[in-house]
Parts: sequence; structure tokens; C-alpha cells
Amino acid sequence: MTAGITLTPDELTTGDVVAGGHFALSRDSLVRYAGASGDFNAIHYRDDVAASVGLPGVLAHGMLTMGLAVQPVVDWIGDPGRVLDYQVRFTRPVLVDPVDGAELIVSAKVGKVDAEAGTARIDLTVTYNGDTVLGKAQAVVSLAPAASV
Amino acid sequence: MRSYNGRVPVNPELVGRVFAPTSPYLVGREKVREFSAAVFATSPLNTDVEAARAAGYADVVAPPTFAVVVQEHTLKQLLREPDAGIDFSRVVHGDQRFTFTRPIVAGDELTATLSVASIKSLGGHSMVTAESTIVDATGAHVVTATSTLVVRGDE
Repeated sequence: MTAGITLTPDELTTGDVVAGGHFALSRDSLVRYAGASGDFNAIHYRDDVAASVGLPGVLAHGMLTMGLAVQPVVDWIGDPGRVLDYQVRFTRPVLVDPVDGAELIVSAKVGKVDAEAGTARIDLTVTYNGDTVLGKAQAVVSLAPAASV
Repeated sequence: MRSYNGRVPVNPELVGRVFAPTSPYLVGREKVREFSAAVFATSPLNTDVEAARAAGYADVVAPPTFAVVVQEHTLKQLLREPDAGIDFSRVVHGDQRFTFTRPIVAGDELTATLSVASIKSLGGHSMVTAESTIVDATGAHVVTATSTLVVRGDE
């Protein structure tokens, strides 16, 4: 058994926006993610190190962007365990200003419904300063909670 | 084998290589909560044991991208492989994918086995696709984490 809403294939139409959210990233967010994930690459918290490898500033971990981008979908279906497949391409870095941080805007829409499999592909658009930062960001979710065993 | 300016290219013989399984990673409840907060997760199933159990899970459920914590150990194996020719300072994360049989929950003891699926050249860069198969203590598949690492070539 799992939790969350039950959807039928005919109530989902390709292109429908089903979820979204705004995420305010700060340098604190990056340090928190570094600790939680174990990714301590210093380009994610030290300006001098970022500059030394030719970056315009400290960048958010790509995996942090990927991790938060799926959360509106999780909240919509109501169970993180109903994400069956999740993929992204990292196409543009997210610079996180020490004072102003960075705001990410996530929009999730129906990409494709597979009625036979009981799944839907949800396509994510993540923008920062008006530019998309992820390509081919797709989460496949189950339409209904799994039956109890 | 060296490229014209002395940089070692990624070793094409890595394709198909399967690495030794990592030592078991025990998924802690507090680690799941910590990771959930870090990725702005707000589902009670990530943090509330009772809510997770009411949904039929043994314990709190990890966010989808938590598998990267386990996968990370396998990517370190790849970067340390003596004949790989992968210069970490030139590596950029290109793509990431997680394919689940079931979600990770606290209490899982996970082991990851890395294999190199492909190496492609594109515009002077090498694209290394590494697949980490993550299984539980019974050997049952939990999730496969696939990363494409872009190793920047000579500029």
C-alpha cells in the first residue's frame, strides 16, 4: 500500500500544469545540501574556489536543483514512493548570490499518460532568472496508490 | 596513451567494466530527515514515521534523489580507478537518472555496484555514462542511478 491521490488517465491531459513552486536558495541552502548529501565540492560554498576554476560565482549543486524540482510533484501525488523514474539534464548553472541568493521556479505539466501501465510522465520546467536550467526533466509517477499486498 | 598536449584521455577500455560492490550503506532515519530538509521536501512521509507506516512503509521514505548519497561511493571508485584517465577537476555532471523498483526507506541496507555503460566523444569532450545498481540486504533491486559525466577535453 502507498499513499496519495488516485488519478484516472482521462482526467490528465498532456500539457496540463499539475504542480509548481518557488524555491528561494541561499548560501545556507547550499551548505545544508552539502552536509546532507556529502558533496563538499567547494565551488558550492567558496567564492574564491569558484573563481579559481573560472566560474562567475558559487553555484548550486545540480543535484540540489534536481532534488527540489520534483517536490511539487511529490506533494501533488502525495507520496515520494510513487515517483518511479526521474531524470534530468543539467544545462545551465544556478549562481547563488551571497546576499540575494537565487530563486528557482518550477512548473510541472503532464507529458504523457500511459493508461496501460498506470503511469504518467510529468515534465518539469525549472527556471532561474528567466532561463531554464534543466533539460529533459521528467518524472514518471504512478497514477494510483499501489494495492495492499 | 596521451593526447597531443599531454592530457590523458578517458580510457575507452572502461566500457563494460563492473566494479566491486560498495560496503553496505545503512539508511538512517535522521539522515532521511536531514536530506529531506535539504531538498525542500515537505511530504510527511519523508519525516513522520507514523505517516509513513500508515502508508504501508516500514519507516520514513527517502526523497527520490536520496539514492545519490549511495551512488556517490561508486562514482568515487570510478574517479580513483588508476587507468580511468578521468581528471576530477575537469568533470561536469551532465545527466542524472533514477529508476526505481521501490523507494528507499530508513533501515535499508544498500549496496551499489557500478558499471560503465558507455563512453562517447562529443566535440572534444568525453561523455562517461556510469550505472550504479543499488540493491537491499536481500539482494533485491531498489534503484538504478545513472550518471553521465562530461569530462572536458583540451581547450
